[in-house]
Amino acid sequence: MMENNEIISVKNLIKKFGATGHEFAAVDDISFSIQRGEIFAFLGPNGAGKSTTIKMLTTLLLPTSGKILINGFNPTVDQDRVRESFGIVFQDQSLDDELTAYENMEFHGVLYHIENSLRKNRIEELLTFVELWERKNDLVKTFSGGMRRRLEIARGLLHHPKIFFLDEPTLGLDPQTRNHIWSYIQDLNEKEQITIFFTTHYMEEADRVADRIAVIDHGKIIRQGTSETLKQETKTTSLEDAFLQLTGHEIRDEEGGAMERMRMRRRMWHR
Amino acid sequence: MDTIYILWLRELKRYYRSRSRMIGSLGQPILFLVALGFGLGPVFKRAGQGNYFEFLGPGVIGMSILFTAVFTGVQVIWDRQFGFLKETLVAPVTRFQIMLGKTLGGATVATLQGIIVFFLTLIAGFRPVSLVHLPLALVFMFLIALFFTSLGVAIASTLQDMQGFQLIMNFVVQPVFFLSGALFPLNGLPKALAIVASLDPLSYGIDGLRYSFVTVSHYGALTSMLVLLVLTFIVLSIGSFLFSKIEI
Ligand SMILES: Nc1ncnc2c1ncn2[C@@H]1O[C@H](COP(=O)(O)OP(=O)(O)O)[C@@H](O)[C@H]1O
Ligand SMILES: [Mg+2]
Repeated sequence: MMENNEIISVKNLIKKFGATGHEFAAVDDISFSIQRGEIFAFLGPNGAGKSTTIKMLTTLLLPTSGKILINGFNPTVDQDRVRESFGIVFQDQSLDDELTAYENMEFHGVLYHIENSLRKNRIEELLTFVELWERKNDLVKTFSGGMRRRLEIARGLLHHPKIFFLDEPTLGLDPQTRNHIWSYIQDLNEKEQITIFFTTHYMEEADRVADRIAVIDHGKIIRQGTSETLKQETKTTSLEDAFLQLTGHEIRDEEGGAMERMRMRRRMWHR
Repeated sequence: MDTIYILWLRELKRYYRSRSRMIGSLGQPILFLVALGFGLGPVFKRAGQGNYFEFLGPGVIGMSILFTAVFTGVQVIWDRQFGFLKETLVAPVTRFQIMLGKTLGGATVATLQGIIVFFLTLIAGFRPVSLVHLPLALVFMFLIALFFTSLGVAIASTLQDMQGFQLIMNFVVQPVFFLSGALFPLNGLPKALAIVASLDPLSYGIDGLRYSFVTVSHYGALTSMLVLLVLTFIVLSIGSFLFSKIEI
C-alpha cells in the first residue's frame, strides 16, 4: 500500500564528476522516498550534493548510476512526462530580467502547453497569491530579491505540478522575507496537496517546515526521519545538536566558501 | 510551434527594449560609412572603380548583420550564466525547438538591424541601382543573419562563461569581416587573399547583397545563395547538436 503513495523514489543514486581516475562522488549512493503530499527537506552544508541530486531528479543531469522514479516515470527515459510532473525554483535565479513579471509567466505557460484562457486565469490567480499582481507589468530587473523569489514560486506552479522542488529557496534573503516565503509554501502544500522537496542549510527552516528531514553530508545521507526522531536517536534536544552528533561538525563550517560568496554577491546586485 | 514562437518573440522584445544598445551598435556602421566612404571614396573613383558608396553600402549592411547576429547568438552564454537557460531546459519541449526559436529570433533581430543600416547608407549617399531586387536583398540579409546567429549559438554552446565572448569577437568575427569582400572588391585580388575570401561565408552574403542592390556580382547570385543555404544548414545541425549537449 505504501508503495503506491510514493511520488519520488530514489535508489542507490550516484553521481561522479571529474576525469576517469580522478573522479569524486558528489552524490554517493543515496536512497530515499517521498510520499504524496509530504514536505521533505534535504539538510546539509554547501557542497553536500543537494543541488546535484535535484538536477538528476529534474532531468538536467544524468546519474552515473542508480534508479529514480518521479511520479512513476524515469527522468532519463520519460523526460517530458517527468518534466510535466514537477515545478522548480532553482538555487540561482532563473528569470528573464528584460521581461515583465507577466511575460515571464506567459513564457512558462506556453512552454508547458497551457491553453490560452486557462493560462490567463492561472497567471492572475498565482500572481495574486504571491502578491505581485500589481507589479505584473514591471520589468523583473526592477524587482528585489524577495520579489524575484515569489515570482519564481508562482511561475513554478503555473502548470499545476504534482511535485515542487525548491533548491535553497531562501538563500540570501532577510529573515522577514524568508518567513514570508515559507508561509506561501506551507499554504500551498495544504491547499493544493502538492508534494514539496526543498533543500536548505538553515536548521530552523527544516525543523519548522519539513515533515521529514534527510541529513546529507559529503554526498551521503547520514540519517533521515522527522525532526523529533532525529533528536531522539541522537539523544539531543535541538536539531543543531543532532546535526553535530550525526556529521561531527556544524553546518556553518563550510559557510563563506568562494561559490557561496559569489552567489550572494550576485543576488545583492539584483536587489 | 508555440514554443518556437515564444522564444522568437522573446528575442524581439529584448532587442526592442535595449534601444540604447541598438543605437550604440549603429556607431560602427556610421563610422565606416563616414571614414571609409568619404575618406577612401575619392581614391576609389580615381582608380576608375566608380562610386565607393555603391560598393561600401552592401558591405556595411553585411557587417552590421554579422555583428548583431553573432552577438544575439552568443547570448546563450548570458542565458546560461544568469540562469534563464535552466528554465527552458526543464520544460517539456525539445532542445531543438528551443535552439530554433532562439536562432530565428536572433536572425530576425539582425535582419532588422540590417534594414536600419540600409536606411543609414541611403542617407550617407548609397544609391541602389534599382529596387526590383529589394526582396532578394532581404533574403540575403536574412540568410547572413541566420548563418551567423546559428554560428553564435553553436560556439556559445561550447563555452562556459563570458571570457570566451571576447575571443569569439577577436578571432572569429573580426577576421570574417575584414577578409570578406565588405571593404574591397574581390576582382583582381592576390591569389592567397582571393582564396581566403572565398572561404569566408560573409563574402557570399555581401556578394549577394551587392547583386541585389547594384547588380554587380563576383560569384553570381545563385552560387552565393546556394553556398549560404548549405552552410546555414550545416551550422544549424552542428549548433543543435552542441546545444543538445549543454549540461547545466
Ligand atoms: N558540474 C560539476 N562538475 C564538477 N563538480 C561539480 C559539478 N557540480 C557540482 N560539483 C561538485 O559537487 C559537490 C556537490 O555540489 P552541490 O550539489 O552543488 O552541493 P550543494 O547544493 O549541497 O551545495 C561540490 O563539491 C561541487 O563542487
Ligand atoms: Mg546547492
